[in-house]
Amino acid sequence: MIELHDVRKVFPARRRAGEVVAVDGVSLHVEAGEFAGVVGPSGSGKSTLVRLVNLLERPTSGSVTVDGQVLTELPDDRVREARRSIGMVFQHFELLDSRTAAGNVEHPLELAGVGRAERRRRATELLDLVGLGERAEARPAQLSGGQKQRVAIARALAARPKVLLCDEATSALDQASTTSVLELLRRVRSELGLTVLLITHEMAVVKAVCDSAVMLDRGRVVDRGRLSEVLTREHSPLADALLPAPVADAGAGHGGALLRVTVTDRAPETVVLQTLVGELGLAVEVAGGSVETVAGGRYGRLLLRVTGGGGELDAAVGRLRDDGVLVERVPVHGGVAAGAGVDR
Amino acid sequence: MSDWDRVWPQLLEATGETLYMVGVAALVTVLLGVPLGVLLTVTAPGGLAPRPLLNRALGLGVNLGRALPFIILLVLVAPVTRGIVGTTIGSTAAIVPLTIGAIPFLARLVETSLREVAAGKVEAAMAMGARRRDVVRTVLLPEARPSLVAGVTVTVVALVSYSAMAGAVGGGGLGDFAIRFGYQQFRTDITLLTVVALLVLVQALQWAGDRWARRLAHV
Repeated sequence: MIELHDVRKVFPARRRAGEVVAVDGVSLHVEAGEFAGVVGPSGSGKSTLVRLVNLLERPTSGSVTVDGQVLTELPDDRVREARRSIGMVFQHFELLDSRTAAGNVEHPLELAGVGRAERRRRATELLDLVGLGERAEARPAQLSGGQKQRVAIARALAARPKVLLCDEATSALDQASTTSVLELLRRVRSELGLTVLLITHEMAVVKAVCDSAVMLDRGRVVDRGRLSEVLTREHSPLADALLPAPVADAGAGHGGALLRVTVTDRAPETVVLQTLVGELGLAVEVAGGSVETVAGGRYGRLLLRVTGGGGELDAAVGRLRDDGVLVERVPVHGGVAAGAGVDR
Repeated sequence: MSDWDRVWPQLLEATGETLYMVGVAALVTVLLGVPLGVLLTVTAPGGLAPRPLLNRALGLGVNLGRALPFIILLVLVAPVTRGIVGTTIGSTAAIVPLTIGAIPFLARLVETSLREVAAGKVEAAMAMGARRRDVVRTVLLPEARPSLVAGVTVTVVALVSYSAMAGAVGGGGLGDFAIRFGYQQFRTDITLLTVVALLVLVQALQWAGDRWARRLAHV
């Protein structure tokens, strides 16, 4: 549904600042119906990237295809038409204060030349969909942040787009509003069969709603994949960001070896512990870690301190690997274990 | 003071002349100044339709209009006035320089108002497939409306003050009245009375403008 091929965006030099390469040769493929995330630190080019999809920014080179149309080859007026089938939601909502909630939802329809009665009908329908049917006549200033973003989502959906772009759509919201807006996004995705591309710097957002993710750093893709695949891959920067490697408590226990184990639905912690303790008879202490729900599945990373002879330990690691469990030996430095970024 | 019977009707007439000049000039100023302000905004670098050369030319013209003292402008545009009105004398003739003086003033205020509209709102409209003129019509002007009304109010008040100089071309009005009756005949009471009349007028305009702007502001 969304296809970016080797896209570069270079902002020309301005007075004192040199030219800025915001997006540096990024290719992206989002399937129809997929909920894809783009993550990265600020300045990594993700906001520019999302604007390249609907050509709010024209790429310096490379091609952008949405729903089979090569947007980068279209003249301006055709690009404007194509934008109508690409909804967009922004961090700061960008609702018009001069219009009511319903008036804001009608705005894109007005631009598309839809008649008044039909606009009204559609606005009512959409505000009902986002749970704000009662607030149709409210002004943005009378709505909470979460409500404003719901109106903005209704507006983005008004022209029946196939694609929805979200630029940090929950970054200006509190926790409760973030949760409800994310729920809404997932719901409209499945009810309307949308393809969603969501930009965020919050890993929690990716974990809550995305099927797949792309990680950007300084305009380049550093990691990508379906979350279910990424999380069980060794040495994945994306996985490290989604499930930060647990750090061992330096004061706990002595001796033994540290194992970092990734647990999944297929290889849950109960099975891992059963193998180590029950079958191999090793002494196991949980030194750190967490298990949570990501993309609908349970994933976790545990740091286990295993006491046993060298041979037993190697056998244990081998056994777990045979069972399809991701295991890494974490070296212990002077009694203090560093959990992150080791074993590379 | 037995001449008050004579003064009152004249004061009333002068007020009428001021209202006429300011009213017509304000109307034409809004009709031409708002589009000029829009043009200044959209042609600016980084605007909706950047045209650096046109923008600089417009900016220069607007600054020239604002730099000229009104009394000089009054004389300079006399040929234009004659071309439009047929004469350079009288209230109607005074409307031409008043309008020419006020348009650049309002245009700058409009430009400032439009610039304050968040760039994100413009971007959101573009993302919906809006054409540039749609952005001006459905985003910039409506969103800036309270601030535009405030700008028009300031301009109308400035027009009242400019119109005091219209006496120089026989335009009449309150300013002219104050000079002829009050200043030149050493009638401080009449001068003060005129000042009060002008103050009431300006207060009324400002009050109405503020009320209107507040009603439009939904923030």
